[in-house]
Amino acid sequence: MAAGVATWLPFARAAAVGWLPLAQQPLPPAPGVKASRGDEVLVVNVSGRRFETWKNTLDRYPDTLLGSSEKEFFYDADSGEYFFDRDPDMFRHVLNFYRTGRLHCPRQECIQAFDEELAFYGLVPELVGDCCLEEYRDRKKENAERLAEDEEAEQAGDGPSLPAGSSLRQQLWRAFENPHTSTAALVFYYVTGFFIAVSVIANVVETIPCRGPARRSPREEPCGERFPLAFFCMDTACVLIFTGEYLLRLFAAPSRCRFLRSVMSLIDVVAILPYYIGLLVPKNEDVSGAFVTLRVFRVFRIFKFSRHSQGLRILGYTLKSCASELGFLLFSLTMAIIIFATVMFYAEKGTNKTNFTSIPAAFWYTIVTMTTLGYGDMVPSTIAGKIFGSICSLSGVLVIALPVPVIVSNFSRIYHQNQRADKRRAQQKVRLARIRLAKSGTTNAFLQYKQNGGLEVDRGLDSSGEEQALCVRSRSAFERQHHHLLRCLEKTTCHEFTDELTFSEALGAVSLGGRTSRSTSVSSQPVGPGSLLSSCCPRRAKRRAIRLANSTASVSRGSMQELDTLAGLQRSPAPQSRSSLNAKPHDSLDLNCDSRDFVAAIISIPTPPANTPDESQPSSPGGGGSGASSTLKNSSLGTPCLLPETVKISSL
Amino acid sequence: MNLEGLEMVAVLVVLALFVKVLEQFGLFEPVSLEDSVEDEFELSTVCHRPEGLEQLQEQTKFTRKELQVLYRGFKNECPSGIVNEENFKQIYSQFFPQGDSSTYATFLFNAFDTNHDGSVSFEDFVAGLSVILRGTTDDRLNWAFNLYDLNKDGCITKEEMLDIMKSIYDMMGKYTHPALREEAPREHVESFFQKMDRNKDGVVTIEEFIESCQKDENIMRSMQLFDNVI
Repeated sequence: MAAGVATWLPFARAAAVGWLPLAQQPLPPAPGVKASRGDEVLVVNVSGRRFETWKNTLDRYPDTLLGSSEKEFFYDADSGEYFFDRDPDMFRHVLNFYRTGRLHCPRQECIQAFDEELAFYGLVPELVGDCCLEEYRDRKKENAERLAEDEEAEQAGDGPSLPAGSSLRQQLWRAFENPHTSTAALVFYYVTGFFIAVSVIANVVETIPCRGPARRSPREEPCGERFPLAFFCMDTACVLIFTGEYLLRLFAAPSRCRFLRSVMSLIDVVAILPYYIGLLVPKNEDVSGAFVTLRVFRVFRIFKFSRHSQGLRILGYTLKSCASELGFLLFSLTMAIIIFATVMFYAEKGTNKTNFTSIPAAFWYTIVTMTTLGYGDMVPSTIAGKIFGSICSLSGVLVIALPVPVIVSNFSRIYHQNQRADKRRAQQKVRLARIRLAKSGTTNAFLQYKQNGGLEVDRGLDSSGEEQALCVRSRSAFERQHHHLLRCLEKTTCHEFTDELTFSEALGAVSLGGRTSRSTSVSSQPVGPGSLLSSCCPRRAKRRAIRLANSTASVSRGSMQELDTLAGLQRSPAPQSRSSLNAKPHDSLDLNCDSRDFVAAIISIPTPPANTPDESQPSSPGGGGSGASSTLKNSSLGTPCLLPETVKISSL
Repeated sequence: MNLEGLEMVAVLVVLALFVKVLEQFGLFEPVSLEDSVEDEFELSTVCHRPEGLEQLQEQTKFTRKELQVLYRGFKNECPSGIVNEENFKQIYSQFFPQGDSSTYATFLFNAFDTNHDGSVSFEDFVAGLSVILRGTTDDRLNWAFNLYDLNKDGCITKEEMLDIMKSIYDMMGKYTHPALREEAPREHVESFFQKMDRNKDGVVTIEEFIESCQKDENIMRSMQLFDNVI
């Protein structure tokens, strides 16, 4: 009920005195009225902006947050006001709803933010007033469509990587539909494009008169008749290619009936049929006329380009969607043509030697005039004819100009939609990367924490301990508690968190079942796979080394970590000194401690330093590590600085 | 120049177009057959302000605070300061969604509109409420009698009562239990007259009305219902 109804209720109840004398039964007792405290002013503080209103105003809608006792949860006894940590600009609209009974939708705010505010205050979106309802609905629908498109695109975006078990048919179809997916498809795409162009050009050139050698000079004949064999061969080649393509598509199509009915396949058929009909039909005089006509259809090959050009497709789609406007245009033009042609015919009837011999003959004049072509082959000579002729040309401009903006705006809308889709697809990669980054950020933070686990505890161990501490300690309270929680879970399940690579490595390692000697394994492992792999290899190599070094099947890096701290060793991404591939991340790691650049952070996220105590262990634990450890200390400094930074950013 | 047939038509067409173009440019106003209705846009922005609080306090039996609350609600709904019949009907119909309360609302409107100027101002509104909510029993009965007496001639006839009764039953709507019968209002009117009409002359005067009501226990008791509506 509207707000006003509540204020008029006492009046309506009072007016019930009119029923009293007529009542045949005693009226029920009135509901108990709780001692009203009178009307008081409530102060609602929304992020610092204070709103004051009567309590009664808020009580009008008892099933919302402000109207019910739920607001008591937000009551701040010290200041005597209700504090909400929400957007004050949006709250204005919410409060106006209580005052006026109508909920208006702010035009410059994001519709999602508005929805969230409504949800918080317990207002149903249906309460939006009539004045704003249409726009609200439109914007919401637009948003929802966009989100749905995004989701679809995301799901489809994973599509290009088809399941390995897809049949030849599916692969072929995918290659046809998305030429960018594989090189062969791309080649095929360009080859067919080339042949379409060749075919069209050949059709055109065929008709150009060729200047023949001297003996044939009196009569110029078109090239097609001078070199019939050459053109025939070219035509045959093109048709063969087109036929092959069509048959392949037919074979690969998931739904053959639908494919057969589609426009593109029809165009394909129309493009190649004339050739075959020409082959089959015997060359006699009767049908050669029809045969010539058939050659006209060869020009439809040019429509095959629409597979190659998106703009063409958009144009075609626009024309299809503007069919009603086009129809209207045609209809109105026809009406106007008939009217004006009739008028002109009767106007010019009296003249001798007039061109306007009949009304259909006047059609031509009318069309030429209305479209402002004005060939001048038919010209009125009477005054009336001239007057009506000028009216005809003026109205022609108008009639044609009317439906055109509709078609143009349709085209523009579809074109922009396509552009937006492309833009979204381009940004999608960045978006997905960002999401993945955020997800991996927290995991990496935890894993990193586990690696440094001891460092935080043993702060005073080394002289450089302070530097390390400075870099390492930046874990917020939230992170600490979160990590504690993850730790508890690990302890509960007796399993540990690792990351993907480690996990897949573990699978591989288990299958290898290697328990080779430490030194050989360690020395061979990093180099072998390291040289093959990308910059992630140091980590992989280290992990493998760790695993093989540990005889226990359950690789627990945490336990390794404890071993390390006991041994007092630094973490050593030793392979970095060996493989040139690692130099880059090493450098970037160095830089990052200084620059704290987010971009750099992305690069180095995949290479969190793991601990490879084994690297230093086979070599002398102390000495061998010292040389490397100085540089390694740098990197170790670098990376812990890095990761909390990136984690912070990703937790934004 | 010898204009014939179609040429004449052509010239006429050209002349007509010319006139139209001039009209468009405002250079040539043809005689309009009827006055353009532009008065629509002059809205009657009548804004009625009530008398001061003190005067209202004297005239009615409400306290200052009550008057303030009442006025705030009134002004919220009717910013112009007065209620006309349409608004009144619309407001009242919100309380009785099942039935048709427009007739009864009209009667009510007439009862509140004491000076019969077609609109209920805040003073009328508050005066009526004051009688109903803060008046004596006699006052209230008087007010009710005034409501029933449609033509304000001092006595209620059967037809008037029938109209009132029908309007009240209309508010019930279609879906009632037991189902409403056609004769229900008439029967109710009969029983009312039987009770109220002492001298059986077919009309109920104010004295008969008050007397009969005072004798009825139910009515007297129900009067107390309205003591704390506001």
